[in-house]
Amino acid sequence: MATVDLDNIKKRFGNTEVIKGVSLSVQDGEFIVIVGPSGCGKSTLLRMVAGLETISEGELRINGQRANEREPMDRDIAMVFQNYALYPHMSVAQNMGYGLKIAGLPKPEIAAKVAEAAKLLQLTDLLDRKPKQLSGGQRQRVAMGRAIVRAPSVFLFDEPLSNLDAKLRVQMRLEIRELQSKLGITSLYVTHDQVEAMTMADRMIVMNAGVAEQIGTPLDVYERPETLFAAQFIGSPSMNVIEAEARDGMLHFADITLPAPSGITGPVMLGVRPEHLAPDPEGPIEMQVLLAEPLGANTLLHGRLTSGAGFTASLPGVHRVAPGEGALRLSIEAGNMHLFDAKTGRRIG
Amino acid sequence: MAREVTGMVERRGMGLWFTHLLMIAGVLVIFFPIWLAFVASTVTQPEIVQPPMPLWPGDRFIENYTAALFSGVNVPVLTMLANSMVMAIGIAVGKIVISLLSAFAIVYFRFPGRNIFFWLIFLTLMLPVEVRIVPTYEVIAGFGMLNSYSGLIFPLIASATATFLFRQFFLTVPDELAEAARVDGARPMRFFWDILLPMSRTNIAALFVILFIYGWNQYLWPLLITTDPSMNTIVMGIKQMFPSGDDVADWPVIMATSILAMVPPVVVVISMQKLFIRGLVDSEK
Repeated sequence: MATVDLDNIKKRFGNTEVIKGVSLSVQDGEFIVIVGPSGCGKSTLLRMVAGLETISEGELRINGQRANEREPMDRDIAMVFQNYALYPHMSVAQNMGYGLKIAGLPKPEIAAKVAEAAKLLQLTDLLDRKPKQLSGGQRQRVAMGRAIVRAPSVFLFDEPLSNLDAKLRVQMRLEIRELQSKLGITSLYVTHDQVEAMTMADRMIVMNAGVAEQIGTPLDVYERPETLFAAQFIGSPSMNVIEAEARDGMLHFADITLPAPSGITGPVMLGVRPEHLAPDPEGPIEMQVLLAEPLGANTLLHGRLTSGAGFTASLPGVHRVAPGEGALRLSIEAGNMHLFDAKTGRRIG
Repeated sequence: MAREVTGMVERRGMGLWFTHLLMIAGVLVIFFPIWLAFVASTVTQPEIVQPPMPLWPGDRFIENYTAALFSGVNVPVLTMLANSMVMAIGIAVGKIVISLLSAFAIVYFRFPGRNIFFWLIFLTLMLPVEVRIVPTYEVIAGFGMLNSYSGLIFPLIASATATFLFRQFFLTVPDELAEAARVDGARPMRFFWDILLPMSRTNIAALFVILFIYGWNQYLWPLLITTDPSMNTIVMGIKQMFPSGDDVADWPVIMATSILAMVPPVVVVISMQKLFIRGLVDSEK
């Protein structure tokens, strides 16, 4: 039960600034996902909240109290690590109870809390096993169990699912989310997987090169990406971006002309999500199809525009396209076009 | 062990016999002097000095060994065994404790001069006991530690090899484990005691075996600093049993002492063999 406030948090390693000022306030019980490509500083940000990295500048407040200088154990947090970080020589029960043991709780109380957490995570039968004897998913659960027995104010997850196979990942994703909403504990979750971000987050932070590009609900980010980076990072397959020129209320690229939102002139970047394209014999966009990827529910068509730029369309259902079959005309609704400043990459319409 | 090896190279027929023959011959060559010592410890003095030497044990086993254990030549062998035991265990435990702690400091703490300290420790590898024996003697004599257990043990405790070994092992322990312990609320020494130490136990066992034998076999140092026979260790004590001048050597008792001197290291190796091999082979994680 806690709020977490990040106030212009910065991190420097020597002279390189890796986190360039991130501000965020997390509500009590909120599930925040920090998403970005590797090296964007998302793990560093999380580790600063955990207290495993010092904060170079800015203030971190947990429950309104400054926590910059507090040791991890005094921040009332629990963390789940990417490789689980279970103590190899301890049994599952010992692993889960270690924090409580250090806190000096009496043994029966530890056993009761561990048993309760184990029941919640369906680990009761495994309590005497060593981590070595567990599967990846079970280890993941033990790591979760270790976090929840201490009933912390804040959960921190550092890419907890990236070592699991795809199917288990989907299952654990649901379990984590379910557990979090049941316990109502404020959570910060780091991932590089935009699907995890979309499906789990109450709000997400899209990070790139130490900067929070956008903070918002998944659908906000999807529907109204604030920057070109956020636009391309969220959504799969990623958004088509085309260099275009706006003049006289029209957008021009290659030999295609589309109506542009009013008041914009000059070079712009036009973003179009593949799934917003619809086949239309009268459509303004002409695409040479080079490759089709049938996914069952929809088909991804990869090809080129007449200008030579790569382009992807995702059409519902099955489209059988013979290689080199040629042109496909597509149309798009005006509301589904995203315009970004060609220089800054910021959204302009 | 044998089961695991068979899969690699399978030998049949003549090859199998030949390798066995070679191995048995090797064992015989190595074992023969020990056998002679054992035989000599079970016969009487005149039987030994009269050629040819007997090759089969005599009937004086109990008498000779009782004589060695409880009266010896200068001092009962039992005393020397006890001295050696204290020294060997003292050195082994001391070395392990010191090197565990220094490796822990070097790997897990950032402090100024951390690398310098590591290299200083590493440098001592190039200075074996024999090289620094004169200054060490000066120091120990100055502290009045001649003829004492502390004098036997302390100068031999510092160990670059063991520090290096533990450092390498700690470096393979994932950082997340230390971080998880920090989040769990473990202070550094708690982490060392609860996590690091149990994880290193096979390494510790392997090292204990090696260091015990190292300590047991110390010869030069105890020879220098123990002048009182009651502080003699067994390995140097055997030499002290040799008579000077025209005295007659009591060979059966000396040989019995030699055999007794071999027993403890053998017991340590055999009893800790499993842990020892595991410690050298796998890095339990």
